[in-house]
Amino acid sequence: MKALLGKFGLMVALLLVSAFMLVGCGGGDSDTIKIGFNIPMTGDIPKVGEASKYAAEMLKEDINSKGGLEVGGKKYKLEFVYEDNESKAESAVNAALKLIEQDQVAAIVGPNSSKQAVPAGGTCNDNRVPMISPWSTNPDTTKDRPWVFRAAFLDPFQGPVAVNFSAKQFGAKTAGVLFDISNDYSKGLAEIFRDEWNKKFGDGAVVAFESHGTKDQDFSAQLTKIVAAKPDFIFVPDNYNQVALIIKQAHDLGWTGPFMGSDAWGSAELMTLCGDDCKGQFFSTHYAAAGAKGDTKVFIDRYTKKYGYTPDDVAALTWDATRLVLQAIQDAGSVDSDIHKERKAIRDSLSSVKQFAGVTGNMKFDAQGDPIKCAVVVRIDENGQFVFAESVCP
Amino acid sequence: MEALFQNIINALQWGSFYALIALGYTLVYGVLLLINFAHGDIFMVGAYIAFGVSVFVLGTQGLGLPNWAILACGVPLTMILTAGVGVTLERIAYRPLRRKGAHRLYVVITALMCGLILENGNLALLGASRKKFPELMEKAVWTFGNVSVTNLKVIVIVAAFATFAFLNFIVTRTRIGMAMRAVSYDKFAIPLMGIPVDSVIVFTFVLGSGFAGLAGMLFAMSYPILEPYMGALIGWKAFIAAVVGGIGDIRGAFVGGFLLGFIEILVVAFFPSTFRDLIAFSILLLILWIKPTGLFGVARHQKI
Amino acid sequence: MQKYAINIAFFVGCLLIVLAAQFGMVDLYVQSVIMFMGINIILSSSLNIVNGYMGEFSCGHAAFMCVGAYVSSVVTVVLFAQNKIFGAPILPPDMAVLFMPLAILIGGLVSAVVGILVAVPSFKTRGDYLAIITIAVNYMVISGIENLEIIGGSRGFMGMKQVVYAMSDVVNIPWMMIWTILGTVFTIWIIRRFVSSTYGKGISAICQDEIAAEIMSVNTNKMKLVAFMLSSGLAGIAGGLFAHVIGYVNPQSFNILKSTECLVMVYLGGMGSLSGSVLSAVLFTLLLEALRPLQIVKWVIIPLILVLLMQFRPEGILGNKELGDVFPRLKRYCRFK
Repeated sequence: MKALLGKFGLMVALLLVSAFMLVGCGGGDSDTIKIGFNIPMTGDIPKVGEASKYAAEMLKEDINSKGGLEVGGKKYKLEFVYEDNESKAESAVNAALKLIEQDQVAAIVGPNSSKQAVPAGGTCNDNRVPMISPWSTNPDTTKDRPWVFRAAFLDPFQGPVAVNFSAKQFGAKTAGVLFDISNDYSKGLAEIFRDEWNKKFGDGAVVAFESHGTKDQDFSAQLTKIVAAKPDFIFVPDNYNQVALIIKQAHDLGWTGPFMGSDAWGSAELMTLCGDDCKGQFFSTHYAAAGAKGDTKVFIDRYTKKYGYTPDDVAALTWDATRLVLQAIQDAGSVDSDIHKERKAIRDSLSSVKQFAGVTGNMKFDAQGDPIKCAVVVRIDENGQFVFAESVCP
Repeated sequence: MEALFQNIINALQWGSFYALIALGYTLVYGVLLLINFAHGDIFMVGAYIAFGVSVFVLGTQGLGLPNWAILACGVPLTMILTAGVGVTLERIAYRPLRRKGAHRLYVVITALMCGLILENGNLALLGASRKKFPELMEKAVWTFGNVSVTNLKVIVIVAAFATFAFLNFIVTRTRIGMAMRAVSYDKFAIPLMGIPVDSVIVFTFVLGSGFAGLAGMLFAMSYPILEPYMGALIGWKAFIAAVVGGIGDIRGAFVGGFLLGFIEILVVAFFPSTFRDLIAFSILLLILWIKPTGLFGVARHQKI
Repeated sequence: MQKYAINIAFFVGCLLIVLAAQFGMVDLYVQSVIMFMGINIILSSSLNIVNGYMGEFSCGHAAFMCVGAYVSSVVTVVLFAQNKIFGAPILPPDMAVLFMPLAILIGGLVSAVVGILVAVPSFKTRGDYLAIITIAVNYMVISGIENLEIIGGSRGFMGMKQVVYAMSDVVNIPWMMIWTILGTVFTIWIIRRFVSSTYGKGISAICQDEIAAEIMSVNTNKMKLVAFMLSSGLAGIAGGLFAHVIGYVNPQSFNILKSTECLVMVYLGGMGSLSGSVLSAVLFTLLLEALRPLQIVKWVIIPLILVLLMQFRPEGILGNKELGDVFPRLKRYCRFK
């Protein structure tokens, strides 16, 4: 009995401790500005969370080393709070609520993938907190949500870019598509591509439209089907890790034609993973790392020096998203001590950003909170560099 | 027609991996009646060990041996080290529970948790970057008409068959194999016959994990991108394959693995690939419906 | 009066939580954690019927949750919300207040029907063979929903927030909190009633010895059917609540990992212990949230805690006992019918 009581006591103690940890302590002094990051540090895409965090850390050090962000003549230190959303929808909602309620952040950057960004966007909108998703491409994330913005262009813009470019570059009439059915980004883009391509070259011009699952490693059956249909090229709107496997396996199956990719290819890891197989392929993305000029080059060089690899599009977009928030704080003119008024001020100035020069190009927001910006198509050259091939603006 | 041949070769390769992993499941299950859910992650660890061995020990950043030597030394080394991981798990997590006479399902949950620890521990230790496995072999693509085969595919398929033959020989023709079957048959009477149950169990884990290491190495060579969660999905599916074959039976696991490989590949080949999981698993359910104990499983009669 | 002390304390506690939520005494984050706690309690105690009381091994619980979530969301969205596929609401959105529990129950009923899919093969197979049937069902449900374009496919389905707003427009109280608490209480009540009834004792009999149970005139097939349907139906209710709390569902939210979490909660609490399931669901939810700052290390520590717990207490927190068996004095203050 005594032992049992002891165990029960231990359990109650555990419960209490965890409950107290939950309540935690919020607030902060008035000379800091808190920004929350709702990013996937664990789960399916830890690399994405890591890139986001690195970019944000670099920006924070930058500004804090200069004494802080200057708003209306006063300098404010920045404080970034990172919450892990485990790549899960419910966890993203909880993380957003925790940032809003307990950490009292002024704005939230993230989540990155749409699976988390859509529900977290709803939460932020309900609680009147400005949120920028760097990477989410699902239209629902920002649709009818005045408080939610994003830094990436949408699939309906990127799809036609890929269609027009590959029709011109490869002189193609038929296309094969391989996409990830469980990944809404991949699936959405594949469907838009198919519809656009069929509109351009008549029904049936997409000769193969095949899918695979998220964690799949073997694509031989799908590729056999695509290769047998003899398309002029294969469109692969997939994450870079799968791209590396897909291209290698396609070559094993005797495919020698070109590939066209999407912005999810744009990772420094692509070349380490893929090697020679990827050289000479094209993909559309937010920015071309090789041959970049101005701020973009500075950003790439510093990031590469600091973390040892070329920043991928997530890092660049997080950088831009965070800088947009900071820009909005500065535009507001002063930092309100009332967090609710401050959030309102940030939202208002975000929605009225006229022109923002980010490392991923110039952008401004439309009425839905989606950016109007250019896409670039890059070629992977013989040294594995992503070289600028064409720029398409809306 | 050529596409069909091509797909049969694809399925043979993909099925080989399912079969290799399913063999590990079935070995442990056969002896302990334990679903070792950590097996998929032991396979993942095997792939990482193969990576570590062939890059940092023998390869470019270690002794700098030529590729053929890396391959020759790497395979046994990987198998031994991975077997070590499997045995460690057995010693620190499963054996104490067995001694306490815990319910079988608690051991299963412990296995599940050990798998999670392996996955996330790997992520925490090595970071989120995926690893690229070096190319240890000059790739050769042989084309017959429109059917193409690489030398690696042939090696994988041959390895799977050889493993099966080896394990089948051990289990059916050797003394230790007889002991393994005996432990599976009656755990209480066997110690009385003077058979050291714990040694038999450790040997089983050595075999199962060792071949998971081999599978990991071959997998890393065929699909050269390593990430901590690579073993989870293939592990679950290989478990399904083992059960469909009739879990606890070596032949069952082998046939089940190839069956699952063939079903997955052929469903994609002849149906819309978006429906792959739905159709493939419906077929498996149908098989279990008709033969509830799997293809090779024998229903154990319960005593009243 | 003394007999009902704990029941009364419980109701007062629930009332306090709702009041605190209403008047903003606890912030939204804590509220959300409490709601997920409720949902987890439903999940773990409903899985406990099959995995604990009946001694089977079902590892695809998230599939039923998924079905319940989608069905109840589609019902509420079609009836009460503007949607680009289903068009204008059929009923005036004000009526959502009345129909909400009904919609969630419909979700539960449909997933109970899907539960038959698992129950029928279980007549012939047991244990590990059943395990893979449930895993397969989990994959099939996700794959099926991903192919259903009308409900969003892998893009997920949303619009449930509008329904929740519509309810708040009628009376502004924390509706989802109330429904979650009611759902949780309903689940615990019905499971308790079921497993302690003479009829429900049949499932414990099946767990002990199926053949002996058959001889003792337990209709094992029917019993299994009932148990699976109850378990999956309650999981469907949890899914419906989950969908409306988050306001968005995506098939990948209900993958095999979610099922694993349900399993962990059941075995952490103890097989065949209802109070154990409740306790472990509460603990697990709190642990997940409290260890959030550790990021990746969290997912090493949580399994490690569980492995260690298994080593020192291989039967889970409460084993197969109820809280009242461990602390007999509690029984004096509690009546649970």
